Amino acid sequence: MIKKEITCTVCPVGCLITITGDQAKIHTLTGNQCQRGIPYATDEFIQPTRILTTTIPIKGHRNARIAVRSTAPIPKALLFDALSIIKKIHLTAPVNHGEVIVKNILDIGVDIIVSGY
Amino acid sequence: MKILDYDVVVIGGGPAGLSAANTAKKNHANKVLIIERDDALGGILQQCIHPGFGLHEFKQDYTGPEYAYRHIETIHQNNIDVFLHTTVLQLMDGSLIAVSKSGLMKINYRSLVLAMGCRERTRGAIQIPGSRPAGVITAGTAQRLINIQGQDIGKNIVILGSGDIGMIMARRLTLEGAKVLAVVELLPYLSGLLRNKVQCLDDFDIPLYLRHTVIDIVGNHRVESVTIAPVDDENRPMIDKAWSVPCDTLLLSVGLIPENELTQQLDIIIDPKTRGPIVDQTMQTSCKGVFACGNVVHVNDLVDHVSAEGAKAGKHAAIHAQTKTDIISTQTRIIPKEGIHSVIPQIVIQDEQDDMIQMALRVSTPAKKASIIITSNDDILYKIKRNHVRPGEIQMIKIRPSLFKDLDQVSIMMEKES
Repeated sequence: MIKKEITCTVCPVGCLITITGDQAKIHTLTGNQCQRGIPYATDEFIQPTRILTTTIPIKGHRNARIAVRSTAPIPKALLFDALSIIKKIHLTAPVNHGEVIVKNILDIGVDIIVSGY
Repeated sequence: MKILDYDVVVIGGGPAGLSAANTAKKNHANKVLIIERDDALGGILQQCIHPGFGLHEFKQDYTGPEYAYRHIETIHQNNIDVFLHTTVLQLMDGSLIAVSKSGLMKINYRSLVLAMGCRERTRGAIQIPGSRPAGVITAGTAQRLINIQGQDIGKNIVILGSGDIGMIMARRLTLEGAKVLAVVELLPYLSGLLRNKVQCLDDFDIPLYLRHTVIDIVGNHRVESVTIAPVDDENRPMIDKAWSVPCDTLLLSVGLIPENELTQQLDIIIDPKTRGPIVDQTMQTSCKGVFACGNVVHVNDLVDHVSAEGAKAGKHAAIHAQTKTDIISTQTRIIPKEGIHSVIPQIVIQDEQDDMIQMALRVSTPAKKASIIITSNDDILYKIKRNHVRPGEIQMIKIRPSLFKDLDQVSIMMEKES
């Protein structure tokens, strides 16, 4: 059994939600003042995910770097693994806004695309 | 000198200016121009590569550059003229002087929109003692150096101030391989958005020290350490409880100042609280035909609100450019009192449409339960309950201008409930 405290970010109230459970199942969830906190805290407990953004060196562009992002949130635990793949990439202009840079990164069904311009 | 004529001229190509120009065009302004000193449109959004933009406006979780890109596409579709690498030198009534590589130009305008944004407060503004080594930089400058110029700014970082940019840089630097040792905040509460604390500090176990400050910077050529101390109720550092943190970089995220040097050339009245021009609900300043929007008016916490202000300014700039005679309307001054730091707009004018207007309030202290109250003498004109208000998050209320009909001024305050 694991116990975790999660600050809800669904709205500015910022409820401190306490969850107990194991890897895949929630036993208790307390501290939420509204229903919207339940799916948020559940996801944060079982598998928190984040959008990954960084920049990649680019030649021939007005700036030295161009911004990239993941097309969808990726598991928090994989952020640094994904970054180590992205860090090996060097681009040469022109690249298009929205262009795919890494297809299906870490085989999780998420692409890395150019978000800058 | 080249002389040009425009209906609406917008100074600044960040989110406020982009939205103002697009909305001016939509409201039938014929010739619209954006003047931008940078080499691209988008303003500060270009370096804000993190998500969280456009949640209100587009119901999408865009990054800064993506949000800017959407607005820039519309600028091009609308055939709005854009002068990049161009700086405004002087503002006059009905015209301005700007300079670019091709020389000086005089630009005549019917309506002007000020959208110059804001700049960061620096070490000088908060007067941290100690030596003056390299490695003390503002968070926004660090953001530009890393995200746009691809420079390494340091390995062991302390951040002073819990503003949004500082917290976002804490995450960014961690992802880049640096170690963020502490975020230090003088106030007893967070300056920025709560979601940024969760996703930028808590995610990476970065400690936040509320009611603490940096009292010394040590280092010869480069920062070697900073000294952190807790503060008492009067914000005096408790020296006996201070400790030293070895580090090579101190980031400052200690607030933003609207950039109004140009504004003052037109003798536009500035609000000492917001440090931006006083505006009415059409975003018109004290100078007829001159409008202002976004962070040049007051520092916003969400870009969606900046764009919304830009849209108001752009719409009314277009209307003003097409009207021959000015309508004189009665005005009510909104005075912030107990619990309210500042309010936008500061002036409400009466008009026939009597459309709902949005007021943006910044409270002075946090409160779990509070009421926002607008009064005239002792009469309560408006009252709304709000839960969990914080100075870091702007409160929006909606009212009808006719609520203030025939009143010279009203007071707005926050009453805490125990």
